[in-house]
Amino acid sequence: MNRWQRLWHRKQMEEQLEKELRFHLEQHASGLIARGCNPAEARRLARLELGGPEQVKEQCRDARGTRWLDDLLQDIRYAVRMLAKNPGFAIVALLTLALGTGVTAVMFTVVNGVLLKPLPYYQPNRLVALQEKTESSNQFGNLWAFAYPNYLDCEKESQSLTMAAWRYSGGIISGSGGAEYIDGIQMSSQLFSVLGVTLPLGRAFRTEEDHLASVPVAVISYGLWQRRFAGNPAAIGTSLVFDGRSYTVIGVTPAGFRVNENDVDIFTPLGQDPSPALQNRDRHPGISVMARLHPGVTLLQARTELALIGRRLAQQYPQSNTGRGFIADPLRPEVGDIGAILWLLLGAVSLVLLIACVNVASLLLARAVSRERELAMRVALGAGRGRLVRQCLTESALLALVGGGLGILLAANGIRPFVALWPGTLPRAEEVHLDWRVMLFAIAISLGSGILVGLAPALRAPSRDLDRTLRAGGRAIAGNSRRLHSAFVISEVALAVVLLVAAAMLGRTLLQLSSVNPGLQYHNVLITRVAMSPATLADTGQILPAWKNALERARLVPGVESVALVDTVPLREGNNQIAYWTAPTMASPTQAPIALATSVTPDYLDVMRIPLLKGRFFDDHDRKGNDLVVVIDDVLAKQAFGAHDPVGQRLWIPTSNSPFSSGSEGADPVRVVGVVGHVRYWGLAGDDQAQVRAQFYYPLAQVTEPLLRRWSELMSVAVRTAVAPLKVVEPLRKELGGDQALYGIQTMEQLVGDSLARQRFLLLLFGIFAGLALLLACIGIYGVLAYLTSQRVPEIGVRIALGARPADVMWMVLRQGLGMILAGIGAGVIGAWVAGRVLQHLVEGMRPAELSTFAITIPVLIAAALFASFVPARRASRVDPMTALRQE
Amino acid sequence: MHFYTLFDRYVEERGVTITEKSDLPQGTLDLLILKVVALGSVHGYAIAQRLQQVSRDVVQVPQGSLYPALHRLENRGLLAADWNETETGREAKFYRLTRKGRAQLDAEAASWKRLAEAVGLILRMAPEGAE
Repeated sequence: MNRWQRLWHRKQMEEQLEKELRFHLEQHASGLIARGCNPAEARRLARLELGGPEQVKEQCRDARGTRWLDDLLQDIRYAVRMLAKNPGFAIVALLTLALGTGVTAVMFTVVNGVLLKPLPYYQPNRLVALQEKTESSNQFGNLWAFAYPNYLDCEKESQSLTMAAWRYSGGIISGSGGAEYIDGIQMSSQLFSVLGVTLPLGRAFRTEEDHLASVPVAVISYGLWQRRFAGNPAAIGTSLVFDGRSYTVIGVTPAGFRVNENDVDIFTPLGQDPSPALQNRDRHPGISVMARLHPGVTLLQARTELALIGRRLAQQYPQSNTGRGFIADPLRPEVGDIGAILWLLLGAVSLVLLIACVNVASLLLARAVSRERELAMRVALGAGRGRLVRQCLTESALLALVGGGLGILLAANGIRPFVALWPGTLPRAEEVHLDWRVMLFAIAISLGSGILVGLAPALRAPSRDLDRTLRAGGRAIAGNSRRLHSAFVISEVALAVVLLVAAAMLGRTLLQLSSVNPGLQYHNVLITRVAMSPATLADTGQILPAWKNALERARLVPGVESVALVDTVPLREGNNQIAYWTAPTMASPTQAPIALATSVTPDYLDVMRIPLLKGRFFDDHDRKGNDLVVVIDDVLAKQAFGAHDPVGQRLWIPTSNSPFSSGSEGADPVRVVGVVGHVRYWGLAGDDQAQVRAQFYYPLAQVTEPLLRRWSELMSVAVRTAVAPLKVVEPLRKELGGDQALYGIQTMEQLVGDSLARQRFLLLLFGIFAGLALLLACIGIYGVLAYLTSQRVPEIGVRIALGARPADVMWMVLRQGLGMILAGIGAGVIGAWVAGRVLQHLVEGMRPAELSTFAITIPVLIAAALFASFVPARRASRVDPMTALRQE
Repeated sequence: MHFYTLFDRYVEERGVTITEKSDLPQGTLDLLILKVVALGSVHGYAIAQRLQQVSRDVVQVPQGSLYPALHRLENRGLLAADWNETETGREAKFYRLTRKGRAQLDAEAASWKRLAEAVGLILRMAPEGAE
């Protein structure tokens, strides 16, 4: 019989043990009788010799090795009985713990999905991302996207990596479903195999298709396949017009396949991109490179090999590649700056969980103190101390595990609404769901909190002074327990203070930020990207007239006041950072200051209603052939010219990043013709801390011809309307439609609102957490004071009998509560100060905690806490001395 | 049997027997039980009896610890047990040695013998310098 069988045959084992011992006693007794003892005496002697049968049985059970399991089952049964006897307590404790573990599990699910889970590709730990790295760094840093020729060389020479390159593209697909703008990527033929993706339908590119001369082929996404081809397998082999070229569809990606966290609808061979700039080693459109380590190759070996290739290329192409190397790093999900916020929120919910635990712990402790006599009795009857501790812990662990189970249910139902609530799009949102990690985490925190809440009562299990405890009856409270209770209340209040102050700080910040002037009038402005027809873009001479025509047509739409083109829109994602010089030559060009450059048409100032401070804005004379002009904002004016009048002055734009020319040496001189107000480009919150704040505008009409096509792909139309901006979308689409597609439609009001979305979201969450914390703390204060007061009823009875007035008694209880509350606030203020620093570090535009923040929150807390202590105080003041004394 | 007295910590008297008895050194009980059971399948009471008889009442067999020891040895797989009828027709739990138990007995007996001889040697040692 093995251990488990023995456990299941427990009853049988018990019977056999009983039988064995009885046999022994009877044999012994009959032996003694045979020697002449009288039967009663013989039986007595036999029992005496064996020792107490129950003790012997206990020792036998111990020897069996299933003892701990037996005990556990017994403890669980006992715990269930105790909880069932006290349903009120059980429900409060379970709900508190369920709430605590539930919210923590939700936050952990998000952290797990967004930050911890590996990338959804085959063997993601063997994937690396490659970048170019220069020895010296300039104002943009020293890490660069790959040049396509560099990639081709690395790919050819590397023995340790299988590489793939890709870059974002996008354009209009036309055909039966009407013109539609879709996102795409251009990729080398290896990308799917590097990521370990097999296409469910059709095939991937062949290496020979990755060249200019070969037939255009495309792989489409599962989504596009459903949308445009209704999921028909016959889509393979049909042709598709994308970005003005006709492609043959050769494959479909699996549903949910994403590259770098982006949904992509069309995949075309990178090698078929006709743009000559792609073949440059400098002034090139960067491409992204990822690679898979060959089996058995370490990252270090791959890096060494890349360094060798880099040195060889530097010798071969000294002009572009001197001091330029290639580095490989493990491929990580791109989640931006979300990580810090997620950890912050996980920290905040942990505080809530901690408060919940403390609450349940103090409830359990109160119960343990009233059960002290019971426990002492059991020790007197032979229970070991360890056994009692284990039993207490079993009870609290059971409570915590059931609570945790409820918490997981809560998390399972709460996670989708939470993700939906997230401002903007949560990166990797599709990865956020309950999985074994979350389960493990939830079980771990449940058990952890079980032990945490059970520890205090368990350690109170009596070990000595039994007689005193037994004699004292139920009413003596050891000072120890009162101190522990106070410690619980103090920590609860302190944690609540931290969360309340954090919420108040966020609230104040949000309030201040909402009243900040963004630098433009954002009501009634519509922003929409416009994809020009590929035919127009193909002929550079046609581009500007086509835009002019489009703007004129848009102006005719009823409700439209003015229209302008703009490439980078304030508060929207995307910007163009350009270095500028304040002299024709710069000593250290790589350290030149940077500004945000925006290419616009003359009406832009009208549309955005940005104030003109000095000089003029652009007009139709600012075109190619005339003086190159820019308009700067007051930040740049101060930065570049100080107190001097900037109007009429010159700036120089280094040609390496100039939109006015495409050379690679020297700088284009531009004349400053006007100064406008600063626009909070980086959002209401983020602009003050942004690294690059200075701005200048330049006319689209002066952009050099080779860049015009690329610029046109980036252009958005900004429309000032007399009516609600979204109302003009349809008429506008009709007017501009045809072979041009409108996409990415937003209002400036949305952009301004979104720029505070994160702060608003954090405020909402912290508000909820703080509210929960306050509520839990009040329940805790109430519970502890009610308990402590009930223990003092006889004392209070004596006081009243001796002449104390109800007000005195009330004050006595309130004072006790107030002491704990104030101590908690003291500890909490320190914690809040630390938390405030963390918030300031993590949240854009966060104002430091001011005295007034504390002045607002702390009275709220004191009032709530006093209210919670008022109920027991009142009850105490109404104690009837006769009843109280009779309790003795 | 003189080496038992070496481990004598206290001498306990109990009402019924007046003979001076020694407590068993730690771990010896298991060895003795194994030895008794090795002679043939036997029940708990008989083990107690035999131990007492063979040791001529010198060794105090703590009956209270006999059964836990039996259960422990069974649990460790050194003993196996069956329910059989005694000569008097009563049902009793009979213990027998398993193969593992025999190996254990041999090992422990050998080590006990070595220890006893060493202790004996030391006790027989003459005081230094005095011949």
